[in-house]
Amino acid sequence: MALFEVKNLSLHYLTRFGSKVHAVSDVSFELEEGEILGIAGESGCGKTTLVSGLMGLCIPPLYPSQGDVFVEGDPLMNRTPQDIRENILSRKVSMIPQGAFNALNPTRRIKDLAMDVIVSHEGKKAKKKEMYERIFKRFELLGMDTARVLNSYPVQLTAGERQRSVIGISTLLNPKMVIADEPTSALDVTTQKQVIGMIFDLLEKKVFSTMIFITHELPLLRHVADRICVMYAGEIVEMGTSEQLVFDPRHPYTKALMSAMLSAEEGARGKKPEAIEGAPPFLGNEIIGCRFAPRCKYAKEDCKTKKMEIRIVGDRQVRCDYAE
Amino acid sequence: MPNNEIIFEGKNLVKEFGHGKTLCTALKGMNFQIKEGEIVTLVGGSACGKSVLAKHMLGFLQPTKGEFLYRGKKITNQRDHWQDVQPIFQDPFSAFNQFYTIREQLEDSFNVFYKKPSKAEVKKRVDDALLAVNVQPSELEGKFPFELSGGQMQRMLLARIFALKPKVLIADEATSMVDACVRANILDYLMKLKEELNMTIIFITHDIGLAYYVSDRIFIVDDGQIVEQGTPDEVALTPKTAVTRHLLDDIPDIHKPWIVRNGHAQ
Repeated sequence: MALFEVKNLSLHYLTRFGSKVHAVSDVSFELEEGEILGIAGESGCGKTTLVSGLMGLCIPPLYPSQGDVFVEGDPLMNRTPQDIRENILSRKVSMIPQGAFNALNPTRRIKDLAMDVIVSHEGKKAKKKEMYERIFKRFELLGMDTARVLNSYPVQLTAGERQRSVIGISTLLNPKMVIADEPTSALDVTTQKQVIGMIFDLLEKKVFSTMIFITHELPLLRHVADRICVMYAGEIVEMGTSEQLVFDPRHPYTKALMSAMLSAEEGARGKKPEAIEGAPPFLGNEIIGCRFAPRCKYAKEDCKTKKMEIRIVGDRQVRCDYAE
Repeated sequence: MPNNEIIFEGKNLVKEFGHGKTLCTALKGMNFQIKEGEIVTLVGGSACGKSVLAKHMLGFLQPTKGEFLYRGKKITNQRDHWQDVQPIFQDPFSAFNQFYTIREQLEDSFNVFYKKPSKAEVKKRVDDALLAVNVQPSELEGKFPFELSGGQMQRMLLARIFALKPKVLIADEATSMVDACVRANILDYLMKLKEELNMTIIFITHDIGLAYYVSDRIFIVDDGQIVEQGTPDEVALTPKTAVTRHLLDDIPDIHKPWIVRNGHAQ
């Protein structure tokens, strides 16, 4: 049995005017223990909404429309947030949020925030000193000046230290799986490399084993993930191993993403990155055909009217009837 | 084409914050000249002083020692300065007011001008700008900042620039939150705008790939000093300092090994 399973998950937002916006539709994948899955896609394509769904935290205006998420066979949909918080979050599934600075309470020290996590999940069993030692041991693994970081307020830390503290706090209770939502997009390249190195360190030391890594940078995913799935307008358009997706993309959208890359290599200066014309579709309306069809270079007549299903092309899943 | 007028000039520019024990020197003697119509990129790691320099360029800060000149003069009146110089900030969520719709705020940004265009023209310019950043104006009707995603917000900041059409643009990490396709789109449009208005653009980024593609000159900033400056080819292909080499090596590139899984960062 897979550790983590998503079956036909669809999520929608209910707007103030009563209409629905289908932010995520028909997402399915399985994740074995020890695997790293990367999710890539442009901004506004439903990556962050999918994260809320994967943790079972559908807080209004977000509602599940169909499908389910299973963690070790345990379904997550239609459970109360209270129940999810007690049984799933931090123990089985944990999240590394997008902005580290916004995730930390500015009026409390890092050690207090970490203690809060323990107290809220395990109750006030242990003494403060014991808890502090436990936190200290875990933060030692993160490769920072532990005593100083634990006794500082978030504003006193650098961006890299803040991000590492957030990762430390999220993984404090040894979750099986971690969902990292753009953990490095606010950091510079050097710090990004350090943070990724630290995440690999934690994987090596078996703090957690499985990860979903969300980012909009495909080159980064090629180094981090085993498998990559690319999202467009709430749907998965292509899923395969990272080598397949990066070096041999099949879906027109993935192809376009790869040709828009910039690099500092010789000869790359004259090469213009290819932009995709047009905007992603508005998800409030029902879309029958392929969602990428209006912007697709290879679109055929019936692309806009025929519903595209996921099919297997060259060992990977592609949502395009004409991909080869 | 770059002509001879010098837009920004720094002469031994020093900026200090705090005093006594908490003294922190952010800029340690910078010397540089930026000419009209040039695209200059400041590249460096976090906390190297890029953003402090950008704040000087916007007239938010005055140097402690040395001189900082805009078209040969010191910046005395901020509003005068902002007629020509406009920013794109790093964090779009703190740049917009959460209590007003985006449309209102885009239209209100014309208030900075002493000579404000007519209401109809303002509306038209905002509409055009929104289309330029791939957003349908009708989709944005009555939307508040918290209803958009991070990348969409970043595009709203760009739309503001496209509407105002300033002579000098300071883009502080403007494309760090958008994906490659949108980035290509934005750069495309910025280049068009640059051609049209002979705009001077100062990019601030840690992405040397972006710097290599767009700029006429690259400044590598480290620890409050400009350690290397030159054309993109000089800087990216034959780096002279260790800082530049580090910045180049740390970019995740699909063809080069980066971090070996199950090991330490190299």
